Amino acid sequence: MTDPGAPLLSVDHLTVQFRVGRGTVQAVSDVSFDVRRGETLGLVGESGCGKSTTGRTVVRVQRPTRGSIRFDGHDITAMRDRELRPVRRRMQMIFQDPISSLNPRRRVSEIVAEPLTIDRTGTPAERAERARHMLSSVGIDPDQAGDRRPQEFSGGQCQRISIARALMSDPDLLICDEPVSALDVSVQAQILNLLAELRAQRDLTMLFIAHDLAVVKNVSDRVAVMYLGKIVEIAPSDELYRAPGHHYTAALMAAIPEPDPGAPRGQTLGGELPSPLDPPSGCRFRTRCPAATERCAVEEPPLVEIAPGHRVACHFPLAGRTATP
Amino acid sequence: MSPRRHTVDAFPDADELSDPLLQVTDLTTAFRTPRGTVRAVDGVSLSVRRGTTVGVVGESGSGKTVLSRSIMGLLPPHGVERSGTVTFAGRDLTAMSAKELRSVWGLQIAMIFQDPMTALNPVKRVGAQITESLRLHLGMDRGEARQTAAALLESVGIPSPEKRLRAYPSQLSGGMRQRVMIAIALACGPRLVLADEPTTGLDVTIQAQILDLLGQLQDERHMTMILVTHDLGVVATRADEIVVMYAGKVVERAPTATLFADPKMPYTRALMDSIPRLADPSGTRLATIAGRPPELIDPPAGCRFAPRCPWAQDRCRTSEPPLRTAGSEAHTFACWYPLTNGRPSVPVTHDGVAP
Ligand SMILES: Nc1ncnc2c1ncn2[C@@H]1O[C@H](COP(=O)(O)OP(=O)(O)O)[C@@H](O)[C@H]1O
Ligand SMILES: Nc1ncnc2c1ncn2[C@@H]1O[C@H](COP(=O)(O)OP(=O)(O)O)[C@@H](O)[C@H]1O
Ligand code: SF4
Ligand SMILES: [Mg+2]
Ligand SMILES: [Mg+2]
Repeated sequence: MTDPGAPLLSVDHLTVQFRVGRGTVQAVSDVSFDVRRGETLGLVGESGCGKSTTGRTVVRVQRPTRGSIRFDGHDITAMRDRELRPVRRRMQMIFQDPISSLNPRRRVSEIVAEPLTIDRTGTPAERAERARHMLSSVGIDPDQAGDRRPQEFSGGQCQRISIARALMSDPDLLICDEPVSALDVSVQAQILNLLAELRAQRDLTMLFIAHDLAVVKNVSDRVAVMYLGKIVEIAPSDELYRAPGHHYTAALMAAIPEPDPGAPRGQTLGGELPSPLDPPSGCRFRTRCPAATERCAVEEPPLVEIAPGHRVACHFPLAGRTATP
Repeated sequence: MSPRRHTVDAFPDADELSDPLLQVTDLTTAFRTPRGTVRAVDGVSLSVRRGTTVGVVGESGSGKTVLSRSIMGLLPPHGVERSGTVTFAGRDLTAMSAKELRSVWGLQIAMIFQDPMTALNPVKRVGAQITESLRLHLGMDRGEARQTAAALLESVGIPSPEKRLRAYPSQLSGGMRQRVMIAIALACGPRLVLADEPTTGLDVTIQAQILDLLGQLQDERHMTMILVTHDLGVVATRADEIVVMYAGKVVERAPTATLFADPKMPYTRALMDSIPRLADPSGTRLATIAGRPPELIDPPAGCRFAPRCPWAQDRCRTSEPPLRTAGSEAHTFACWYPLTNGRPSVPVTHDGVAP
């Protein structure tokens, strides 16, 4: 009954707050986005802007404070654990620190088979066979690796193992939370290519989280830029690069260390992310924005469409980039 | 001035000012382990001219940290063999006693580590950690050290420095901790700074800030710098010269623009190609280097990169290519079948870097 044209994931007005002491952390504030079937949406922004909280709330490890999450046509926002179980199987998450996200006491073959073991899918022999197959498909030799434990592997290999584990239940949605941020550039390239291959082979839909826009752009069809709990810009990847509308997006682009000695070094964004306990009034980026005016301090800019599929939340979007009125 | 205070005069240059500040010659550092001897640094030579920045680049495990520590003389007391010379301002550091070295550390050469959380003392306030070396090395009294520490924090871009002096490292963000590390490293005005992956693990925005800060402080203080990283992008616009390391050895060295325009060693090219570029369309397949760097206990014969090199021939697997010059003395590389303008001179022999 599900409409194939409908998005696989719809996040609507999502707000996630944490009470700490006498304050409230505004981790995610009124975030909305869709991820279409087979699409990869990138989520980019500095540490602390709410990327992981967004990912964790989508898989319902974290409860939303407000807003809704629809997955494959079902509203999962308030589902109880029992109802959630079959849904959770269809969405899996991989993390930044591959070594500590794998159980150090288990053998690699057991770790990879575990999702099936928990669900009691098939016989032990069938599960072992599927785990072997999955390990091969992520580039790990099951004969050599199966009996070893995670500590014996490099960061890149552990990330391959966690990808294998995540794919065992044949999920529709894979949430990758900074999967390459702790890896060398050479290993990063291997993992990014592996994700691209798996995505094509398995029709995966992905939410790909990272703080490096060049990495995010490489894997994503569309990119959402997050700042202090809010989406400040969202656009198809190539469009975002060609015509960034938000000053923060431009700053993220300028910060990328391009492997080109002749590249002009852009203006470095000063300061750090303000405290989410007490976000700035108006536009949350105004305290670091080179173009901020008084208006930015009093009026919050809404996310408006400046070109088809390209939305920006800024009172003064970058010049020459406002194609549509 | 108190008699305990060391100054630059206490360590005069024994050589000409036009000579390199640091000259490392045939440095080898090996660890004895139960499984065998790990030759982490194997016959490395490099020189760093005054006021310049040399980038040292290679994948994890290529020996960058051991090289930095070996230059400093900061190695474990047992189970290490070091040979070769490290000439700093005309004096051989490898011939110095531990006591003499202590007058070099911090005062002449300082190191900035990748992970400030482990390099800083977690139970000691930031202020105490900075004033400690000011009092020890520069003989300052408490008040003077405190004032200098606050000024240092301000100079590394830390807002409300007086307040931060009372903070513990865990109360600071990653970027702020790295700024504190830099303040500590620069407290006694070193002439050479060894920055070992100072921005690995930080957000790209904070990385740019820290690299800008290092460059600015370097200009102001006429410092010489070695910038260690696994990411060629980090040094592309920040280093005068780049040294590429693989499996404990230098495999290529060139002025930065030359290295990017005309890499000779396939490994250098592969490192460049593995970086995603913003200008490439989304979905662009990245060039990768198949496999992993070799074990340093029993490295492959011949060229150490041969097992992963797409252009390796029989000769590469049996005979080790020496470092030789490419055109000018400033550009050296170790490869039997060097690239010309990034292109190979032999056909691809196995999967690896996309040609
Ligand atoms: N369980 C929690 N309790 C309190 N604050 C939290 C919790 N989880 C996250 N936060 C805060 O929410 C904000 C967003 O965090 P996070 O989603 O982890 O950001 P990112 O993944 O973009 O680095 C941060 O300020 C973080 O400290
Ligand atoms: N104290 C030690 N004992 C044994 N091996 C070591 C020691 N320190 C480093 N190594 C080995 O030396 C090699 C080079 O390490 P390192 O210099 O840290 O590499 P990099 O900094 O380039 O990632 C690695 O194989 C590492 O395991
Ligand atoms: S061509 Fe031969 S010598 Fe050159 S890098 Fe490849 S394996 Fe080494
Ligand atoms: Mg996170
Ligand atoms: Mg290192």
